[in-house]
Parts: sequence; structure tokens; C-alpha cells
Amino acid sequence: MSSYLTIKNLTVRLKNGAPILRAVSLDVAAGQVHGLVGESGAGKSMIGKAVLGTLPRALQVTSGEIWLDGVDLLSLPASERRRRIGATAALIPQDPLTALNPSKRIGPQITRRLVDILGWRKQDAEARALDLLGEVHIPDPARVMRSYPHELSGGMRQRILIASAFAAEPKLIIADEPTTALDVTVQKQILRLIGEMQARHNTALLFVTHDLGVVSKVCDTLSVLYAGKVVEEARMQRFFMRPIHPYSAALLAATPTYTNPDSSLTPVPQTVTDAVEREVREHDLRAGA
Amino acid sequence: MTFFRNILIRLLTTAVTLFGVAVIVFVVIRVVPGNPIAMMLPPGATEADIARLQAQYGFDKSIFQQFVIWLGGVLQGDFGTSISTRQPVAGLVLSRLPATLELSIVALVMAVIMGGTMALLGTRYRDTKTEGAVDVTAGMALSIPDFLWGLVLILLFGVLWPVFHISGRISPALNIDFTTNFYLFEALVRLRFDVLADLISHMFMPALALAIPLAAIIAQLLKQSLKETMHLDYVTLARTKGYGENHVITREALPNAILPTLTLVGVQFTFLIGGTVIIERLFSYEGLGNMAIDAVINRDLPLIQGIVILFALLFTLVNLVVDMLYVVLNPRLRHA
Ligand SMILES: Nc1ncnc2c1ncn2[C@@H]1O[C@H](COP(=O)(O)OP(=O)(O)OP(=O)(O)O)[C@@H](O)[C@H]1O
Ligand SMILES: [Mg+2]
Repeated sequence: MSSYLTIKNLTVRLKNGAPILRAVSLDVAAGQVHGLVGESGAGKSMIGKAVLGTLPRALQVTSGEIWLDGVDLLSLPASERRRRIGATAALIPQDPLTALNPSKRIGPQITRRLVDILGWRKQDAEARALDLLGEVHIPDPARVMRSYPHELSGGMRQRILIASAFAAEPKLIIADEPTTALDVTVQKQILRLIGEMQARHNTALLFVTHDLGVVSKVCDTLSVLYAGKVVEEARMQRFFMRPIHPYSAALLAATPTYTNPDSSLTPVPQTVTDAVEREVREHDLRAGA
Repeated sequence: MTFFRNILIRLLTTAVTLFGVAVIVFVVIRVVPGNPIAMMLPPGATEADIARLQAQYGFDKSIFQQFVIWLGGVLQGDFGTSISTRQPVAGLVLSRLPATLELSIVALVMAVIMGGTMALLGTRYRDTKTEGAVDVTAGMALSIPDFLWGLVLILLFGVLWPVFHISGRISPALNIDFTTNFYLFEALVRLRFDVLADLISHMFMPALALAIPLAAIIAQLLKQSLKETMHLDYVTLARTKGYGENHVITREALPNAILPTLTLVGVQFTFLIGGTVIIERLFSYEGLGNMAIDAVINRDLPLIQGIVILFALLFTLVNLVVDMLYVVLNPRLRHA
């Protein structure tokens, strides 16, 4: 089984040298959903941004490889890398209210890049957009194409962003907490929709979340991140039955289940976080040596 | 429905504003010392001569009565007669308006081009020396007022390196028979490029002096607003689609970043029009502002009133245009 995305020993640092990602490695295979979990600030979003070339200016990749569909992105010149990413990967953003340009109609926001960058004919791009809007269950796609973002609800906009992400048949989609900004009732539908689209288009999906409950529903494999370091990489069943790393186990214990809804009140114990903290520091020492 | 209601409200507030301006100007120029009639007459004029002329121009009546008479005339399009030139005020003022409009608009265009370029460069090369240079230039441009820029420009392009005309609006030799007073526009339409070049050579320095401070404001404000917009999610999303920095700045960020700048540029443009008064004087440019100063020196009360009302009307018009542009550029308001 070939991997659409392979990250090898990716290290990202602040300009002052402080590490944000510490030799991260992970694999997302064709048609697979890979979850990326960890507490807030662990660096989940930065992995996605490093792949898509949108790291904040204060951060830079200092070493490692990012293989996307057989090409090491970091070995390409900047403009070539950008084109490559645009053609093979796509992002489903977190907040549908801020991810659409308020001064442009929906149609061009989906079709323009197909024409501008990928060289499609305008009619083909429009037909494609209409099809995709149908696939994400948007009623009256033709009208929606002519609407401005402010005329649509958050759920609708997230559907549009999902459709748009699939527009160029990307090999890899990165979804960064795609439901956290939504209404609880809409969250489930959107989650199901992403799963549905991923399966139909057989895309590799990197799914960033801090919700293990969500991961258990949509993912095939997952990586647990702590302070920019992958502490465990596992297949789903194995992970939920027998987490290997103590931090993973603690995280799992802190996730509410039907049988034990109160467990969200158990925080990850101090002894466990201290232990991971020590592990990360040892890693830094070894990397520095 | 709301559209027409808005327009109605707009017209009403404009009328109230103009009325207020008229009252204030009317009273102020009559309260300050200086008798307009005495200034017209030769030194040997008798008390009787003065009284006769006072009565002729209505200055013997109370300020309130004078105002009512004047307002009655204005409502019929009669703004009175200029004391110093003895011609109807309306005709005088309207004949000078095109010169000032052309100067202001050329200055605005220059300011938008210079300020816009600086803002785009500062954003494209943000956090580098280029952005620093933009900040320093804008800061310097702002710390010097327009009339001092006028003097600096006269020194540079009039004295040290005399490439532009320093005074007037057009060289007498090239003063073709214009049918309107919009010389620049007319020269363009009639394809008289020699005349156009001459007009621009006259207008360049006064327009630039007016434009520099506004350009600096545009540069600062638009750059700030662009930089904030560049962090927004839709800009990031456009990057992941394969768009480069230039496209992202001009196509994704600019249309949204322009909105807050637009409102302020409207306000600043009215200041620029106000600045023409001194600048026109400095460059002996025959526009409204220059006429205003003559009118004040001569205590030509009817003319002062006419000019001030026209300026006030211009300002409200500018604000109206800005508000309309804002709606046109902002889809969120268009359908609301
Ligand atoms: N622009 C920036 N400049 C400096 N540090 C940053 C910047 N953006 C993020 N960081 C740091 O990078 C680290 C990882 O952030 P990241 O956004 O990837 O966390 P996350 O795992 O996605 O968290 P969350 O669940 O809250 O989204 C954080 O410690 C954060 O402080
Ligand atoms: Mg995040």
C-alpha cells in the first residue's frame, strides 16, 4: 500500500531556535484516514501547515522530509512547491465563517483556481463545482454559486469548503478541527459528510482533532502528539484496546464514554505529564548531541 | 424602500448642514471688524456716500434681516453681487470651481497611486527593510503640512532644477478658446496634447504638494489593514490552492482591506480640498481657493458666503460619493 503523505523527522523551530515540532514522522496511506490528536498547543496544526506550506513567518522547517505523492516537497523551489501542493493537496479549514472571502461569490471561490492554476476550461470548472455542491447535499447549487458567503449559514459554508477541497481531486486532504466551530447538531452531519466524501474519492485524509471520540469514529490510524513530539503511532483498534504510551493511556482514560460519562472530569495525571515532559527533554538532548 | 428613505434622510441632513454653515459664516464675517464699503471707496468719500452704498448693499439692516433677504435670493439661485468685482457671485464662483476640482482630483489620483503603491510594497516585503523604508517615508511625509511641501517643491523643481511652471494654470500662448473651464478635461477630449502637457506642468507641483500628506495616510492605513487581512483564514486557504504572494495580496486581501481605508480617505479628501486655499495662493493658481483669499482681503462678504457654501456643498458631496462607493465595494451591504 503506497503512502500519499510521508513525513520523516520533521523539525520545525521558532526563529530563536525553540522547537515546535520535534522530529515528527508519520504516514498517511491512500484511502486512509489518519488522526492527529494531542492537547492544545501540541503542534497538530503546525504539522498541517508545514505540509501545506503555510507555516507562520516566525516558524521554519529546520530539517526533515515531507513526501507528497512521491515528491519531497522540501527539495522543490518555492514556486514549484506551491503549485505542487495546490494540485495534490487541499485543506478543510476549522472556521467556515472566516475561510471564505467575504467580497467574492461562492462560485468563483471554487472554480477560479481550477482555471487559473490547473488550466481547466471555465465551463468544466463550473460543471465540476455544481456536481460537488450536489455531492455535499447543498440544495439549489446554482443559486448558492451566485451567493456571497454572508448569505449562507455556517453549516452550508462548511459544506462548500468541503466541496471546494475536493474540487481538484487531491490526493491528500488535511482537515484541521473541521467541526469545532460548528453547532453540535451540525457537527455530526459534517463529520459524516467528510467520511462519505473521503471514501467516495478515495483520498488520504489527515484529520486533526483533540477529540478522541471523533477519532474513534472516522480514523483508521492515529498519531498522538505531545509538545511537538509523536509519542505514539497506532492503528485504531489496537490503540483503543491497548495504548502503549502512558500519555496515550491517560488521554484515553480522560475521554468520556457512554459507560463512563464522568471520565472527562479526570484530567491527565501530573505524574504522566511529568514523565512525557522528561521524555521530550531527553529527546532534545539527544538531538542536540 | 429603505434606499429611498436613506436618500431622503441624506438630502435633509445635507440641507440642515448647509443652512448651519450659512448661518455661521454669515454672522462671523459680519462680526469681525472691517467695513466692506469703506474699502471700496476712495479715501476722500463722505459719510453720505458710505451710507448710500451701505443701503444699496443692504448693510444698514440688522444681521437677521440681511440673512433673510440673502436666503430668499439663494433659494432662487441668486447668491448676490460681489462687492469688489460687481458681478453676480454665482457666476464668479462657478467659473472658478472647475480649476479647483481638477486640481483636487489630480491630487487625489496622485495620492491614491503613490499611497497605494507604498502600501502594496510594504505588504509584499513586510518585516523587511522595504517596509521600514515605507514607514519612514510616510512618517516624514505626514510630519510636514501641504503648504510647506509646496515651498519645498518650488525650491526643488522651480529653482534648483526648473522643470515645471511655478505659477498660474496655463501659459498664455497656449490658452486656446476653451468652451468650458475644465481645461484639463477639455484638452484631453480635444486631443490637444501640447496644451495638456502645459496644464500638467502647471498643475504638477500644487497637486503633488496636496497629494503627499494624503498619500502618506493612505500608505499607512492601507498597509496596516492589508497586513491584518493577510492573516485571515481565506488568505491562507488561497495559498494552499497554489496562489503566490502577489495574487494573494492583490486579489484576496486588497478588496477587503480597502474598505476601512476608503472611509478615511473620504474625510481626508475634504481636508485636501480645504488645503487648495493656501496651495492655490502659493502657486498663483486661479481657482476657488485663490479667489477666497482675495474675497477675504477685500471684505467681499457676498463672495465669501458663496465660496464657503460651495465648499460645504463639495464636502457633503464627497462624503456621499464615499458612502455609495462603500456600498458598491461591500457585498454585505449591497443586499442588506
Ligand atoms: N505564529 C506563531 N509564532 C510563534 N509560535 C507559534 C505561532 N503559532 C503557533 N505557535 C506555537 O506553536 C505551538 C503549536 O501550535 P499549534 O497551533 O500547532 O497547536 P495545536 O496542537 O493545533 O493546538 P490547538 O488544539 O489549540 O489548535 C504552540 O505552542 C504555539 O504557541
Ligand atoms: Mg490547532
